[in-house]
Amino acid sequence: MSQDKEPRRRFLRQVLAIVPATTLATGATLTQSACSSDKSAAPAASTTPYEPKYFTADEWRFVNAAVDRLIPADDLGPGALQADVPQFIDRQMETPFGHGKLWYMQGPFHPDQPPEMGYQLSLVPRDIYRHGIAACDAYCKKQYNKAFADLDHATQEAVLGDMEHAKVEFDSVPARTFFSYLLANTKEGFLSDPIHGGNKDMVGWKLVGFPGARADFMDWVDQPNVKYPYGPVSISGKRG
Amino acid sequence: MAIKKDKVDAVIVGFGWTGAILGQELTDAGLNVVALERGGMRDTPTDAQYPKVIDELEYSVRGKLFQELARETVTIRHTPNDLAVPYRQNGSFLLGNGVGGAGFHWNGMHYRALPEELKLRSHYEERYGKKFIPDGMTIQDFGVSYEELEPHFDFAEKVFGTSGKAGNLNGKIVPGGNPREGARSSEFPTPPLQNTYGATLFEKAAREVGFNPYPAPAANTSQPYTNPYGVRLGPCNFCGFCENYGCYMYSKASPQTTILPVLLKKTNFELRTNAYVIKVNLDSDGKKATGVTYIDAQGREVEQPADLVIMAAYQMHNVRLLLLSGIGKPYDPKTGEGVVGKNYAYQMNGAVNVLLPKGTQLNPFIGTGAGGVSMDDLNGDQFDHGPLGFIGGASIRHIRYGGRPIKMTPTVPGTPSWGSKWKAGIADAYQRYMTIGISGSVMSYRDACLDLDPTYKDAYGVPLLRMTFDWHDNEYAMLGYMGDRMEEVGRAMNPEKVFRAIRKKGTHYDTRIYQSTHTTGGAIMGTNPSNSVVNRYLQSWDVSNVFVMGASAFPQNMGYNPTGVVAALAYWSAKAIREQYLKNAGPLVQA
Repeated sequence: MSQDKEPRRRFLRQVLAIVPATTLATGATLTQSACSSDKSAAPAASTTPYEPKYFTADEWRFVNAAVDRLIPADDLGPGALQADVPQFIDRQMETPFGHGKLWYMQGPFHPDQPPEMGYQLSLVPRDIYRHGIAACDAYCKKQYNKAFADLDHATQEAVLGDMEHAKVEFDSVPARTFFSYLLANTKEGFLSDPIHGGNKDMVGWKLVGFPGARADFMDWVDQPNVKYPYGPVSISGKRG
Repeated sequence: MAIKKDKVDAVIVGFGWTGAILGQELTDAGLNVVALERGGMRDTPTDAQYPKVIDELEYSVRGKLFQELARETVTIRHTPNDLAVPYRQNGSFLLGNGVGGAGFHWNGMHYRALPEELKLRSHYEERYGKKFIPDGMTIQDFGVSYEELEPHFDFAEKVFGTSGKAGNLNGKIVPGGNPREGARSSEFPTPPLQNTYGATLFEKAAREVGFNPYPAPAANTSQPYTNPYGVRLGPCNFCGFCENYGCYMYSKASPQTTILPVLLKKTNFELRTNAYVIKVNLDSDGKKATGVTYIDAQGREVEQPADLVIMAAYQMHNVRLLLLSGIGKPYDPKTGEGVVGKNYAYQMNGAVNVLLPKGTQLNPFIGTGAGGVSMDDLNGDQFDHGPLGFIGGASIRHIRYGGRPIKMTPTVPGTPSWGSKWKAGIADAYQRYMTIGISGSVMSYRDACLDLDPTYKDAYGVPLLRMTFDWHDNEYAMLGYMGDRMEEVGRAMNPEKVFRAIRKKGTHYDTRIYQSTHTTGGAIMGTNPSNSVVNRYLQSWDVSNVFVMGASAFPQNMGYNPTGVVAALAYWSAKAIREQYLKNAGPLVQA
């Protein structure tokens, strides 16, 4: 950690040197809070398991099982479950995104348009998950007499692959559409800042070597082809 | 009953780059000016705070700074015979909103035009013959020359604090810059940004193949800089969070970092945010604008009378407002008659991706919005099109924007999109996969246009704009050639593998995938009222106290990013207003 100090100080000097006087106080406070150590910035570790706000108990089992297959723990490191991706997705369902407020949702709807014309369904993400999970579980019960979460890993992966390639059809939502949101949101939860509830301990960032909210590389742009030595920091100032 | 405000000298619709430039110029000339911005206030300390702004999910993925599509969008169809459906989610282009517009969250790629681009039709006809231009291609000259715009290109660079290196100073080719550029009257205000490792690899390989790479001009300042208005910018620190974000370092030129600190303090200027203009009002014979009507934050209709109306909204919104206001004759693609909405164009982009040897450390998170290495040997008409048979070219470059983990963790083609193999794929490619970007021109065509949608409305019940657009053979041919040439450059980098990401003929315009926010045309400039909406000074042919800024004036699109030309045209138009129009209000060009 001590190796961080010097570039940080240099960075602070650069920031302080250029911000107009009116914004100096805010700028400095924020910058320092992002650089503070684990102890002062990290909230006390919680031992209570996360209670989903949107997903029902059965849906929650599905989400946990599905993200565990989409980004599994393996010899490269933790996966989506360890990164709290289910919590991330549940929290997203409560945001304007989950409610479809970021999309133009006035009719008439023409879902039969070619895919190049973009999303044309009347469903918002909350609907896509609700219908998609119910339809997938119903399909698994019909095919295998078990809910998706109770299938073995290989069968779960086969079901996910069938949805991805539209080899199964659901009535309430196109299987491929449901899969695409499930996968995109899972990756978002694995790779976004922990402030949104996923990417716990910055495991997603460590997998690729992304240094997080450091966002200052003036001290490394002149080190071509040399490995960057610092680990990630999050917006809240935690170190990974 | 609409609320009626006191009359002002000039009202500006939209407060991004061109609104800020015209606001500054017209208040300088002593006019009382009101600017109306449909979005909210935005500024660096409030909307680009470190570390809060370093949030990829919030900004790049959920689009915090973009136009709220839920309230207003466009509809799109491929041909005039198709049904247009709404652009419901962000994809192909990312429209701005709020003070600064897209100028607050752009990259800062700050190019001039190549001289031949501004007289495209006459240049091609002269060099290759009239028959070289295919039927249905409706390209034309801008009506203003590079030489006329040069002082304004130059001044805009100085306002923006643009970093770069001149290659042609007053007609003399100087080493280190772009030998293909038009003559410039002065050097860039700040030196080029330092190259990332990937940029040095591209530069070396491009040179080996025989091209002339040069430092990409970037409105990301490379050192502390004070612009002609006395506003200070700081050096870019390669944070890797540029486009889609506001710049917390005060390095990226935006209206906020270059003009607003001066303009917003002026007593003869007023900015009203959350003011959504729905109409330019005309007098009884439709020859003169009397002001504009907008909807305020509370949903009330407000009339703002003005002697002069400056339309400074984004390209699509300018065209929509002209159509909603009944200014100019709407274009009809079936008959080819009319002008408003004519010659919508875009850009055709592609890439050659290079997988470098294992162990390479590109450190992709070290990024800027626009700094890197560019080349123009295959742009404009800098190469012989005769044997190739297509029109146009591409600005080709390697610019590392960053290594943001949700959207910038690619895998090589063929990698599964999930599971352990995907994890291994992103971990492997992150440090050694780089892109040679091809930003290609798109010509204008009889069947590519804009009009009002007959069905879909915005949140206030006002018709949406309807876009009719698809790719044409000329652009497939252009991009295919660029792909071939860039594969040579990719191979010269001694990579493990080169991958071609070039759109194939027969595929259609895909609204889902981000391509560029460089939409152009619809209120094009030209030499007479039968071929254009505005004259060479961006003045409406039909209503002489209305001027229409922006890329809506481009008769067709070029390979370069448009902002440099948009800013220069705004200064050029402002000069004509100040020196000619204010002395003698009326048409500046006789029809």
